[in-house]
Amino acid sequence: MPKLTVDGKEVEVPGGTNLIEAARKAGVEVPHYCYHPGLSIAGQCRLCMVDLEKAPRPTIACNTTATEGMVVLTETDRVRETRKSIMEFHLINHPLDCPVCDQAGECWLQIYYMKHGLYDPRMTDEKVHKPKAVPLGPHVMLDAERCILCSRCVRFCDEITATGELGIFERGDHSEIGLFPGRALDNPYSGNVVDICPVGALTDRDFRFQVRVWYLDSAKSVCPGCARGCNIDVHVNRRRPHHAEGRRVARLKPRFNEAVNRWWLCDAGRYGFTFVDDQDRLLVPTRREGETVSDATWDDAIVALAATFRRSPPDEIGIIASPKMANEDLFALRRLLDNLALRRVAFRVPPRVAGDQDNFLIRADKNPNSLGAELVGLGGDSRAVLEAARARRLRCLVIFGHDLLASEWPEAEVREALGAVGTVIFVGSNAHATSAAAHWVLPAAAWVERDGTYTNFEGRVQRFRPAVEPLGQALAEWEIVGRLLAALGVDSTATRPEHWFRQLVAAVPAFAGLSYQALGDGGRLLPGAVRA
Amino acid sequence: MTAEKILTRSFERPDSHTLDGYRASGGYQAWPKAQAMEPAAIVEEVKAANLRGLGGAGFPTGTKWSFIPKNHAGPVYLVINADEGEPGTFKDRYLLERDPHALIEGMLIAARAIRSATGFVYIRGEYVEPWRRFSAAVRDAYAAGYLGRGFDIVVHRGAGAYICGEETGLISSLEGKKGWPKLKPPFPAIKGAFGAPTIVNNVETICHVPHIINRGAAWFAGLGTKTQGGTRMYSVSGRVARPGVYEESVAITLRQLIYERAGGVTGNGRLKAVVPGGSSAAILTAAEIDVTMDVDGLRNAGTMAGSAGVIVMDETVSIPEALMVVARFYAHESCGQCTPCRESTGWIYKITHRIVEGRGRRADLDTILDVARRGAGTTICAFYDGAVGPYISYIEKFRSEFEALTEAAVAAAPRRVVVSHA
Repeated sequence: MPKLTVDGKEVEVPGGTNLIEAARKAGVEVPHYCYHPGLSIAGQCRLCMVDLEKAPRPTIACNTTATEGMVVLTETDRVRETRKSIMEFHLINHPLDCPVCDQAGECWLQIYYMKHGLYDPRMTDEKVHKPKAVPLGPHVMLDAERCILCSRCVRFCDEITATGELGIFERGDHSEIGLFPGRALDNPYSGNVVDICPVGALTDRDFRFQVRVWYLDSAKSVCPGCARGCNIDVHVNRRRPHHAEGRRVARLKPRFNEAVNRWWLCDAGRYGFTFVDDQDRLLVPTRREGETVSDATWDDAIVALAATFRRSPPDEIGIIASPKMANEDLFALRRLLDNLALRRVAFRVPPRVAGDQDNFLIRADKNPNSLGAELVGLGGDSRAVLEAARARRLRCLVIFGHDLLASEWPEAEVREALGAVGTVIFVGSNAHATSAAAHWVLPAAAWVERDGTYTNFEGRVQRFRPAVEPLGQALAEWEIVGRLLAALGVDSTATRPEHWFRQLVAAVPAFAGLSYQALGDGGRLLPGAVRA
Repeated sequence: MTAEKILTRSFERPDSHTLDGYRASGGYQAWPKAQAMEPAAIVEEVKAANLRGLGGAGFPTGTKWSFIPKNHAGPVYLVINADEGEPGTFKDRYLLERDPHALIEGMLIAARAIRSATGFVYIRGEYVEPWRRFSAAVRDAYAAGYLGRGFDIVVHRGAGAYICGEETGLISSLEGKKGWPKLKPPFPAIKGAFGAPTIVNNVETICHVPHIINRGAAWFAGLGTKTQGGTRMYSVSGRVARPGVYEESVAITLRQLIYERAGGVTGNGRLKAVVPGGSSAAILTAAEIDVTMDVDGLRNAGTMAGSAGVIVMDETVSIPEALMVVARFYAHESCGQCTPCRESTGWIYKITHRIVEGRGRRADLDTILDVARRGAGTTICAFYDGAVGPYISYIEKFRSEFEALTEAAVAAAPRRVVVSHA
């Protein structure tokens, strides 16, 4: 553990740490473009120059390993002048088209020019022209003129996905990022190159021209796309709704978590949020009688459902919960089951197409909380619930989220089952064939509209936080179940998800010792979990 | 007095490139001697000979060899830089064409010194005939049993990029990658070609090695100055009566080389300037040519021996035009990896081009000087520092010539309102 000083601050770092990270640990930010902690060292932007005591000239911090007794100076006149020069070099051929560039507001050329540049421009000659608005693949657009050739995207495709689609072609100031012949940037993680691009060269085709980034609000969240639970920031546009035609969720960005996803996020997760603002969102409770569908108030719906539950013997009520529900929802449901002594309960519905999996982030289980549902005790035989319905042994069937008609189960059998139950209740965020077949449809809030926790496949419990208000009258499942519990006369003091989580921790040994406070931003492993 | 011909001793023989011709002029006699020597003894001999790298950097060859880690378990590679791309330099092509076995014998000895079983020879793509001659010599050396018995040579052709003559750019290219110079550390002697310890030496440097073994370090050291032994081959081009390659002691002066060997300035014209060590060397004025041509002599004169490519300019040459040509070269050949080099070589070329075209501005010269000084020493390899040599020296030493152009342009320019963006 070498000890060194950075701008007079002493810091101890693990052996092999470079000077950018050592300085970071000392609270000193060394500006850089090509360096990225998740990628190999390229050393080509030349911005991260620092002075070392006794060295004849500044040296790059990214490729210098911290050693015992090293004296690093990041703010000498010489370093400041060098930074200013490097900024000028980075910008002489840059188009300076910030007003029409999506990166504006989060562009490291802008940020570092203001911090380290502030020179008077001297470049008056014609700039080098390169291809613009080049689609590299389904998600990424290239503007080669804005590119500073830091090679982060190239290294990402070489080192992280090992797909090697990108290269730097030509030489000198005609160098440009591009695709190798016959290739497209279509690997399952392509969107990450947009995140790591420090400038406006690589932009997100889905996000381009939607909204300026300074109008975005952000909430810490967890991707619900699979059992990995990648940490994300949800960026939402609440301040300029007219800019994106009512689309509230602007984009998802990976949020660093060393134990889960580091800096990365797969494309399926990144672009899998469109259901949140989709036209098929369920907005109000509805009741279907024959072909007639009518809106209902929550109070009417809850009263009617409580009456149905009271009327039905426990053995004639089936519950198909969802592994997309939060731990809090599932535990509220567990309370309902315990009070009514319901036993026909399950949460797994086999998908029609098996999920893809790789040895990086993507998991075959496309649900964020299967392990949570299992631990809360909802893991019954879902096929048996379906068969009970088909055999006309159920008076009431509650389905959370699932589109049973799009599952692996034969559609005709599902239709038969749904037709054989007196009251089918669907709770979910979006309409589909199964919700259309229900007698009651209760609108649930999407994950970005509420608070909660998921337990990933390794047993890591992670919080997600609300980024926008629920659409229409949608409510989180824990609240829907909570209202039903109240209507059934079950005493429940839980009025926030955190209350439910506390009850869960008290009741389910696997969660022992956890609290929202303990989970923090990066989550916590269940006490008994062993990381895969 | 003309120095004894060593490297070029058999250049006049029509069969100098053949195995028989090489043997007839004393070839392949050093190799058996070297085989009887311990590798460390060979390194010491070369160190004592004061042999310095003749590709451009002038680094002591024996010292470089001694950087190979002792007792390294895996392969060690010897790489010969035959990518000769420095403008004004054309010596290695003659060695490859006329004395290819000297390189092979030198490689055998060098490989023994660094315990390498494989040598790569990276030949400039445009050098077709040298490549043919050298490849034929390698075949003959295999047939004669010099190669293939503990040491193999792989001949590799470059594809025309100047940067592939830079030590680590060459290694990248040899590895099948884009010819980008590598970050140091690690240095090639620790982690070079294909991740193995590697020594990269210039053709001419290695061609000296058999002679050092044959005739001893003291003899070789005595041919040169205190800090650099031997002779070297000067490529003299430009406005001289007899352009060509001249083998001379490193102790010769630039004046002797131009006037006594190359026949003086073409048509008895007046000398204006000389670039003494390839295009990357700072330019000297006619008054500065009484310097010895060894590494340290030229360094003390504010320029460098480089590749010993001597480019002579007389009064018919426009220095601003010459700088524009040089600037175009560096802009074209910058690999584009490091920001300062990638961006400013192109920028400076555009400025020089504008000045030569009569659209210069008063601030242009100081802009070039400032940009060059700011970029110097900030990049991965020495390419940019090589470009800075001419940028700064041409303008500093011939400023009035540049100013005549910019002032004329300013005078001729129509008055206009300039809107500042600052």
